[in-house]
Amino acid sequence: MTFDRKNKLLIGLGVAAGILIIKLFAIQILDDKYKRDANNNSMVYDVIYPTRGIIYDRNGKIIVGNSVAYDILVSPREVEKFDTLTLADALNVSPDFIREKMAEYRKNRSRIGYQSVVMLKKVPPQTYMKFAELQYKFPGFKGQMRSIREYPINAGGNLLGYVSEVDAGFIKNHPGEYRSGDYAGKTGIEAAREQDLKGEKGYHVYLRDSHNQIKTAYMDGEMDKEAIPGKDIVTTIDADLQEYGQLLMKDKVGSVVAIEPSTGEILAMVSSPGIDVEQLENISQHYDKIASDPYKPMFNRAVQASYPPGSVFKLVNGLIGLQEGVLKPSDSYPCYRGFPYGNGHKLGCHGHASPLALLDAIATSCNGYFCYVFRNILDNRKYDNIQESFDTWRDYVSSFGFGQQLGSDFPSELGGNIPTSAFYNKIYGKKGWKFTTIISLSIGQGEIGVTPLQIANMCATVANRGFYFIPHIIKDSEGVKIDEKYHKKNYTNVDPKYFDYAVRGMYMAVNGGGAAGGTAFAAAIPGKDVCGKTGTAQNPRGADNSVFICFAPKDDPKIAIAAYVENAGFGATWACPIASLMVEKYLNGEINPNRKYVEDRIVQTSLMSRVKKY
Amino acid sequence: MRGSYERGLRQQIDWGLVISYLLLVIIGWVNIYASSHGTDTGPALSFDMRSGKQFVWILTSLGLATFILFVLNSRLWEVISIPSYAFVFFLLVLVIFVSKDVKGSHSWFELGPVKFQPAEISKITTSLVLAALMSRQNFKMGRLKDFMMVAATILLPMLAIVAESETGSALVYVGFIFVLYREGFSGWFLACGGLAVIVFILTLTASPYAAALVLVASVSLCYSYSNNKIRRWVTRELPLTIFLAFMPKIWSLLAGEEPQGIWTVLTPFNILVGAVSATMPYFMFKAFRDKKFSLWASVMAFIAGIIMVFSTEFIFNDVLQDHQRKRIEVLLGLKEDPSGVGYNVNQSMIAIGSGGLFGKGFLNGTQTTFGFVPEQSTDFIFCTVGEEWGFLGCLSVILLYVFMISRLIIDAEKSREPFTRVYGYCVASLIFMHLFINIGMTIGLMPVIGIPLPFLSYGGSSLWAFTILLFIFIALYRQESKYF
Repeated sequence: MTFDRKNKLLIGLGVAAGILIIKLFAIQILDDKYKRDANNNSMVYDVIYPTRGIIYDRNGKIIVGNSVAYDILVSPREVEKFDTLTLADALNVSPDFIREKMAEYRKNRSRIGYQSVVMLKKVPPQTYMKFAELQYKFPGFKGQMRSIREYPINAGGNLLGYVSEVDAGFIKNHPGEYRSGDYAGKTGIEAAREQDLKGEKGYHVYLRDSHNQIKTAYMDGEMDKEAIPGKDIVTTIDADLQEYGQLLMKDKVGSVVAIEPSTGEILAMVSSPGIDVEQLENISQHYDKIASDPYKPMFNRAVQASYPPGSVFKLVNGLIGLQEGVLKPSDSYPCYRGFPYGNGHKLGCHGHASPLALLDAIATSCNGYFCYVFRNILDNRKYDNIQESFDTWRDYVSSFGFGQQLGSDFPSELGGNIPTSAFYNKIYGKKGWKFTTIISLSIGQGEIGVTPLQIANMCATVANRGFYFIPHIIKDSEGVKIDEKYHKKNYTNVDPKYFDYAVRGMYMAVNGGGAAGGTAFAAAIPGKDVCGKTGTAQNPRGADNSVFICFAPKDDPKIAIAAYVENAGFGATWACPIASLMVEKYLNGEINPNRKYVEDRIVQTSLMSRVKKY
Repeated sequence: MRGSYERGLRQQIDWGLVISYLLLVIIGWVNIYASSHGTDTGPALSFDMRSGKQFVWILTSLGLATFILFVLNSRLWEVISIPSYAFVFFLLVLVIFVSKDVKGSHSWFELGPVKFQPAEISKITTSLVLAALMSRQNFKMGRLKDFMMVAATILLPMLAIVAESETGSALVYVGFIFVLYREGFSGWFLACGGLAVIVFILTLTASPYAAALVLVASVSLCYSYSNNKIRRWVTRELPLTIFLAFMPKIWSLLAGEEPQGIWTVLTPFNILVGAVSATMPYFMFKAFRDKKFSLWASVMAFIAGIIMVFSTEFIFNDVLQDHQRKRIEVLLGLKEDPSGVGYNVNQSMIAIGSGGLFGKGFLNGTQTTFGFVPEQSTDFIFCTVGEEWGFLGCLSVILLYVFMISRLIIDAEKSREPFTRVYGYCVASLIFMHLFINIGMTIGLMPVIGIPLPFLSYGGSSLWAFTILLFIFIALYRQESKYF
């Protein structure tokens, strides 16, 4: 063979063909990347949604369950000509809705490709059945089962929180966990326990064949993943008590928190006005209305509102006085309608016998007596100056759980505020303040803010005679273990032996038997030895707040409760009967017929007109 | 008598070409059916389907082939070459003004339901005229007048087609350079063409300095080769080139991160080009004194190359159209965009790559039938072959083409008439260009240039044109062997 031009050209042809063949060999045989990419092109992921965990109350009642609904999916490329009217009728939507959607898909067809998109969400089973019978007429349309939340009892809307579809921001904040179309808990227990409740999505992987039909399970289902259902949650809530509390607090602003003292478990946590479970089911429809409500129903007052505690705080000051040795139970102080503190000023008090000793002072809630107590604490010779004695006092108060987050398992808990000496130094100067400057603190007024949860916790502490468990709302259950800290006793800095005086004072406030009568006779329940303390806290916005704490029975406390009703007036008038009725409901399971009138009065009265809108 | 004619027919017609033609057409039809059955559904021969239409095109093509082989006198082709060339050129220009705008190009005539592209026929008429010109008794490639005639024959339709915005189709005409080469055109020009492409690509991808360095090294290598001084080149120029390759590194050490003052002028590129240019007058004087053609050619090649380096940026940004620029950018890896221009190539490579050794089987391809690959039955028909028939299918198709092209070349060489020989080379070159560009495009070796794969791609215009192109040669070859 000669090396002439013909042969050079033939060799060139061979080289060119060789280049093509080598490249083909590389991409068809050597490189697996293209086979994987091809599978990605033709693989269909059929998502299996897990059922969300069920939420139970303490007695095994379901508070949040699941029911079935269907999403209607469309694969626009598979849709053939169909009768819009029939489909609209079957799905219970307007024909225009379907036309609009189809037009939208046509516009985005290149982006959608062979995927399916959700046309309609949460179609109820009855509607879906109607559609399913006719489905053969509508190729390209199919239903996908999905479980949605169901609420058998109207209890604890604010506690439970709602579940809704994730938005772009949420997906971004939880990288890799959610995809568009997923649902997640957004508030309350649903949000706090999202990780347990949500479960894990599964999927079947199918391959489309060349007719665009689902042909086989990809790799014989080896890549499939079963959905793992979410874990069930058992709460400490007593659903009946919770529902009853919501009924009593209807048309009132405020909150009620009930705790089982021996465990710290929250039995009920009412915030009013609140969110009904019916609104939770369809949060997106109600959201705007809820968000624009001037009474802020989303705001969980039980843990997020900071109020002055009022007279119930006298118990704390009394206990500190006893511990510090500046108060003996037998000490009597005079009170003639108040405590004068110079320049004609006087911290007022109501009319009662005088002078009184500690137990009677608690029972009648004498302001003057506790001014003396607080003065003794601050002017204690043990300390060099008021700063030192004040901070000692503050340490005691903090040991009751005030001024900081209790660490409950409820999201967005507020810490409240107990001032420090540095705070007053800043305002008045180091030498510029003394006992009379901050006299309001004697009776739980002034620069002090606590949440209803903290007040209830303080009540439980007294009921326990000196210790508390961090209040919590989730119980140990199979699969879900709560933090060890909830099983630990937290003692205050006051010796348990002094608590008996507080208990006895509270007993006298409800049941009488002292020298001067009590303030909370309305709370008495025969045979249950209720111990209580009223409070009337000044509210800069309108009428006083009505406050009441109580626990029962006295010697084996089963329930400690704090009721806080905004702008309602005397503690004895509103907060006291509300708390008492709840105690009766919890301990006896029903309200004694001769107390029915109290219940009726509470349920039927609206106090909303007294409340200044936010 | 009748019997001897039959025997004669068997001997005279190159059945190898006819059979490879038939095989390719059938393979094309099968794959067109496969690539369109996912979206259209119906019997294979239904006229609603592309496979049905293509079936009609195939039947009519076979009719045309028979007509050319048995009815027309093949002497006719040489006679009508120039008038038909002139008429088709007229059509090429006319179509620019009367056609509708199809994705920016103006290349289709529409006569009712019939559409055709004069550019397809122009390949035939250009081949005929080239054959007629170069087969003239006194034709000499080296003579300027003859060369200019040939060049004009090729360039006129190319320019018209570029004006139609069908640059891809015009690129095919570059293949005629192989014909010229066979007919005596210097191989150095082929080398120059190759070097021009390399310089162009290097200027865009690497740097003008790298392009200039490769230019200087290549020109000096060619000069040394033609003067048998390869040994000297290896010991002197090669080490120098390797040293100069590191100059930009050394330079950046000296000039720092942000060169200022004198360093902005004394760039490696300017130093190199300036130094080499300074020696040019000496080389020109030497070439003039010694009357050394090869030296003249080297000097000219260097000057042309430097102009090329300077103008590449201009050509790239101002002469090329937007989509052409993008396709080149994607091919050269200047820009990544799997969903933009590169989408087609990416999807096409996925389809072919997923075929593996044996393919997924007839009608079992998923990529080509879901519309992931665009233009799947026309320009990207090779994807279906690759996906459903695998590497072995691709290999068979390519070997079939190689067989056909080499058979054309061998037949052309065997023929005694220069007209037949030149025409045969034209056919071989055109089929080769289409083959290499089209398949190269589907596997990412070439930029996306919308030209069909001969005999396989869907479309009547293209199938007819290639059938006529091929069967004119078979007829010419047969007629010759009838007489000798």
